[in-house]
Amino acid sequence: MAAGRNWNWFHRMGSPRWFYETTGRWLPWLWVLTLGLMLTGLIWGLAYAPQDAKQGNSFRIIYLHVPASFLALAGYYLMAIAGAIGLIWKMKLSYMVMKSAAPIGAALTFIALFTGAVWGKPTWGTYWVWDARITSMLILLFLYLGVLALQYAFHSQETGNKASAILALVGTVNIPIIYKSVDWWYTLHQPATIKFTSAPSMHMDMFQPLLVMIIAMYSFYGLALILYTRVEILRRERKSSWVRELALRTQPAQVDQ
Amino acid sequence: MIAESQGFAGYLRRDLLLAYRRRGEVASPLIFFVLVSTLIPLGISPDSARLAELAPGIIWVMALLATLLSTETLFASDYQDGSLEQLLISPQLLALPVLGKILAHWLVTGLPLTLVSPLIGLMLSLPAAGLLPMMASLALGTACLSLIGAVGAALTVSLRKGGLLLSVLVIPLYMPVIIFGSAAVQSAIDGLNWLGPLAVLAAMLSAAVALCPLAIAGALRLVSNN
Repeated sequence: MAAGRNWNWFHRMGSPRWFYETTGRWLPWLWVLTLGLMLTGLIWGLAYAPQDAKQGNSFRIIYLHVPASFLALAGYYLMAIAGAIGLIWKMKLSYMVMKSAAPIGAALTFIALFTGAVWGKPTWGTYWVWDARITSMLILLFLYLGVLALQYAFHSQETGNKASAILALVGTVNIPIIYKSVDWWYTLHQPATIKFTSAPSMHMDMFQPLLVMIIAMYSFYGLALILYTRVEILRRERKSSWVRELALRTQPAQVDQ
Repeated sequence: MIAESQGFAGYLRRDLLLAYRRRGEVASPLIFFVLVSTLIPLGISPDSARLAELAPGIIWVMALLATLLSTETLFASDYQDGSLEQLLISPQLLALPVLGKILAHWLVTGLPLTLVSPLIGLMLSLPAAGLLPMMASLALGTACLSLIGAVGAALTVSLRKGGLLLSVLVIPLYMPVIIFGSAAVQSAIDGLNWLGPLAVLAAMLSAAVALCPLAIAGALRLVSNN
């Protein structure tokens, strides 16, 4: 009995309807949390944190750059794990989460690359350097684009799901290899001019807002993922009765359809 | 067990025979490799010092593209004439026939590229110290590329215009191979130990032989179902 009960939550979680209704209740709180943390972190980091001794104010882009990079990488693993769950337990919801994670992750990777380039100009005097971490992020962006492209390449939703899940898993196996080899490649060709301000050596006054921004970005990621997945659920389940009922209930609010 | 090894050898023989009967098609990656390599001096400079500096990277990039071009057809004709379905419904372990097909693919693309590469090396004035490491790294590396490319080919086999998509999927996964491949050649030219990068390539090849057939089998099963 106990085992049966323990697995109930898992099967319930596989139901798109359950997910839609539960996250509907969470959404307002998540919005408040995300906006609160984001505003706190941004205002604290951009206005109150002390200037960097060498880089002046330009270092402040770290408060966007580092959290976005964290989530870009973590998002790939989340996407691949969701794909694996879909392949193993044939869970519909899991594929919807996987599909939603791809554009969010790609956007965050792009933000990380873009803010890095903007930051690089005043700091290193150039927008782009073939540095190990930058190159790895660029490859990560390509990996995301591959999953996205494959997802939309098939007419059948089912095939697109499974194919991109397999690709995401292949990518996951490859990410450590890619990272290590890019690292090795970089040390082979290293131009000696670049130095990073690494996070642990940061002053506490600078580090605390960064921590807030990292948590805020996680919260934002959760929010964005839930919003994307909800839309995906409605799109894929549009023929089911509960979505119809939902649509009928909300229709009077929309005047011109 | 006997049946399984037969599946491997059978598909290897069959694909080699098919390749032999379509010699023109098989030669095109090789011709592409040679042709594009001759564009480089025209586009950059005939100065041998500059070419020598670029040669390891250029040869590796060209070999990668040539392999990529030929990968698209790996499962395509089997998919079109229905023999892929026959393979899928056979009670065999799918990984071994797939491995046989990939070995055949490497024998008709990667191996000829490796054998022709010294010629390109001479034309691009690659230093003599780099010739042997280049052949060794190309032999191991193109086998890796065939295996990784086969995953992409299996995923895109049912798509009518899979070629461009295939390159989007596969090129990011190719990057470690080209890093260590051209590093082996460059180290040899610089008088460093080139067996290190070569060992890494061999390790990648072993991992790819073990893992890629699983992904390919999974991909072929799901893609041919729709």
